[in-house]
Amino acid sequence: MIFFFLSSGLFLGWSLGANDAANVFGSAVGTKMVSFKKAAIIAGIFVIIGAVVQGAGGAHTLGSLGKIDALAGSFTVALSAAITVFYMTKFKLPVSTTQAIVGGIIGWNFYTGNPTNINSLTKILTTWVAGPILGAIFAVILYQLFKFILKRRKPHLLKLDAFLRFALLVVGAFGSYSLGANNIANVMGIFVSAAPTTDLDFVLFTLSGIQQLFLIGGIAIAIGIFTYSKRIMKRVGNSIVQLSSEAALVVVLSHSIVLFIFSSQALSDFVASIGLPAIPLVPVSSSQVIVGSIIGIGLLKGGRGIKFGVLGQISIGWVTTPILAGLLAFFALFFINNVFKLKVTQDSELINPFTKSHSEIDSNNSYKIEQDTSVLTNAFNIDSQFISETENVTESTINDSLQLGLNLQIIDSTEISSLESTNKISETNSSFWKKATFILLALIILLIIWYLFSGSRFDENKNREIVKKREEFQKAEQELIESELKNVNLKKQHLQNELKFKNRELVNFALHVIQKDSVFQRLKDKIDKIKNETDSDNRKQLIKDISTFVNQNLNTDKDKETFNIHVEEESREFYTRLNQLHSGITPNERRLCALVRLNFSSKEIASILNISPKSVEMNRYRLRKKLNVPSSQNLNDYISKI
Amino acid sequence: MGILFKTADTVISSINEFLDAIDQGTLVFKQGVNNYLNKENKEFSATIETILKLESHADNIGKQIENDLYIHSLLPQFRGDVMVLLEKLDDIIDTAKENILQFDVEGPNIPIELNSDFSKLTDAAVLSVESLIPAVRAYFNDVSAVKDKLHRVYYYEKESDKLADNIKRRLFKELDGLKLSEKIHLRYFALHIEHLSDAAQEVADLLSIMAIKRSL
Repeated sequence: MIFFFLSSGLFLGWSLGANDAANVFGSAVGTKMVSFKKAAIIAGIFVIIGAVVQGAGGAHTLGSLGKIDALAGSFTVALSAAITVFYMTKFKLPVSTTQAIVGGIIGWNFYTGNPTNINSLTKILTTWVAGPILGAIFAVILYQLFKFILKRRKPHLLKLDAFLRFALLVVGAFGSYSLGANNIANVMGIFVSAAPTTDLDFVLFTLSGIQQLFLIGGIAIAIGIFTYSKRIMKRVGNSIVQLSSEAALVVVLSHSIVLFIFSSQALSDFVASIGLPAIPLVPVSSSQVIVGSIIGIGLLKGGRGIKFGVLGQISIGWVTTPILAGLLAFFALFFINNVFKLKVTQDSELINPFTKSHSEIDSNNSYKIEQDTSVLTNAFNIDSQFISETENVTESTINDSLQLGLNLQIIDSTEISSLESTNKISETNSSFWKKATFILLALIILLIIWYLFSGSRFDENKNREIVKKREEFQKAEQELIESELKNVNLKKQHLQNELKFKNRELVNFALHVIQKDSVFQRLKDKIDKIKNETDSDNRKQLIKDISTFVNQNLNTDKDKETFNIHVEEESREFYTRLNQLHSGITPNERRLCALVRLNFSSKEIASILNISPKSVEMNRYRLRKKLNVPSSQNLNDYISKI
Repeated sequence: MGILFKTADTVISSINEFLDAIDQGTLVFKQGVNNYLNKENKEFSATIETILKLESHADNIGKQIENDLYIHSLLPQFRGDVMVLLEKLDDIIDTAKENILQFDVEGPNIPIELNSDFSKLTDAAVLSVESLIPAVRAYFNDVSAVKDKLHRVYYYEKESDKLADNIKRRLFKELDGLKLSEKIHLRYFALHIEHLSDAAQEVADLLSIMAIKRSL
């Protein structure tokens, strides 16, 4: 059952890995200095180490913000935060798990009627502001320092490249360690009450119950890094401002330092030992710090490259994340509590904020704080500093609550009745305000959900329409190209045929000219012979020969042959169809059909075929019979339809 | 870590070797043109052989550098630029080699009056390349110094333009004894030598943009 409840925390860890690892290695992967695979392996290992070794500090602060004392409550809060982070990530908004979990805890406080520790909240909110500012300051200082060293040392570009690759890996490992140390509280901080009580001995080292819990959370983060962070890494690397490799190194280093500062107990102790105020150990928003660092570098370069649009989009995510997570947690707790009848807090009396009065809640709170603090004290017994701090708080709180209990006993019955009447008035007032707050919150959540979903759906629809139109356009374009291609091919084929025909015509014409030449040559010879002939009879005979010769040549005129070739060429397909219909047709009949099809009159056909028009008519009659054309049908019509 | 720096060292020495080959190639080119002008045929033939070897050597190293950059994924942000730079530098030695071969194959008839003009033109063109090499080295070592070194390239490029113009002017306006075909032939040789400085200027243009990109 414990593992089922832990699942939402693990889901949150997965979301954190998917989202926040991009802050550590995004710049390096975005600038292609480190491959994603290498980055994911290093980040995964060091996140786990950081979580196990140094993860307790931030968890304590979150615990003091709202002490979730029931597993179902922890489960619901973590689930709400995880869903928020998941959806914000889906909408490509760099989102902070810290903000989501803080929003969730406050939602739990609201639902259960537990007071929100204003001191802790202020501390957390301050770091939300201080984190990015510190990130920017560190980035500027480190960048200037780096530039100064480069100017002095003047390394070769390739050596610098090698150094940067190595440094990005080292700094990335440090950043992952800090991320694990600082942000594991977001993932597993609310489950510390469910941590195992027995230590695990690994010979070389021992893992306490909380460390075992953090190890599981760290593994969930590592899985998130491997499975989902690639896309976000590339986005963080290049979306706000184009980063050089040097700038990327500085950004990751400053981010890592800030996270380390806010999670290192030793550093905090050291600062306190030299008389300075101790550094609060608070889970810092990794996204905010990285954005602060990038802006620092961007401003140092004159602020020209900063894409303020993306920055604005990120800022909206910052505001909406805690509100959304808080509201989601509030309604989810209501659902879990009333539908599944699971205890979301140990003190169920506190729930139902619409009927309880402030006085009742306040008096119950005192009792609860006493209980919860003891739970937390047990949970954090690994850390002597925490024990001493919490013990002091616990002692004072116990004293206060005992005092309050004693005072309540002393109050006499008359005072009780007057108190009851005052309570009734305040109860109606409080009930009205709580209902109003509830309606207002419901409206806000509806508005936010509408904004997020309608915006995304609108964008999706718009994109889908654009894609559809583009596809249609491409399809039409492709069709056009295809038809053009078809036309071109047809034209090409037609031109090729024409060329073939013209070539044949040319050859025929040339042959015809040669033949005519030879005819004229022979004619000239014959005329010369007549000229030389003195005998009149012979001359007559020769003239007769010439006449016959001319007639013969007229009959075999090659012009007609050329024409016939043309007709044959034109009617090739027609002949095929004709043969299919009437297989027994002779070549002469076929030629007659072709001439009839070309709408030549009988007289013209007679001239072409060098026969008399009467013969043509006779041939037409025979053809009609052979083709079985009825007398009612015109032969020309029948042939033209073939 | 060790492998990263070792690869970097190997590529650095290759780049230096490549730049040396380009530098030497242009010097050999200068020597070759002078040999041709002074009709020192034996020495001229020797320079042809040397420049051919240097050109082939530069080609091989260039390819090796490109391979190393890709295989080891070095300089991901500047790789494209560096590749183009290497190719354009290789074009310089190619131009020098082609010029020398053209002298050898076509054997232009250069009148003695133009000897000093051609010699000066060759000097200016080679100086533009010689000034370019330190600028290229500065891009890798000290990007801020690139701009200071590039102005010399532009100066010598302009000088070679002027000298080439002068040769063309003299050819067509003063040297009446030459045939038109000879004049046109010689004009092309002035142009060929001028191309060397043009190639250097092209690299200088690219280098100045690359330097700005690196300093961003």
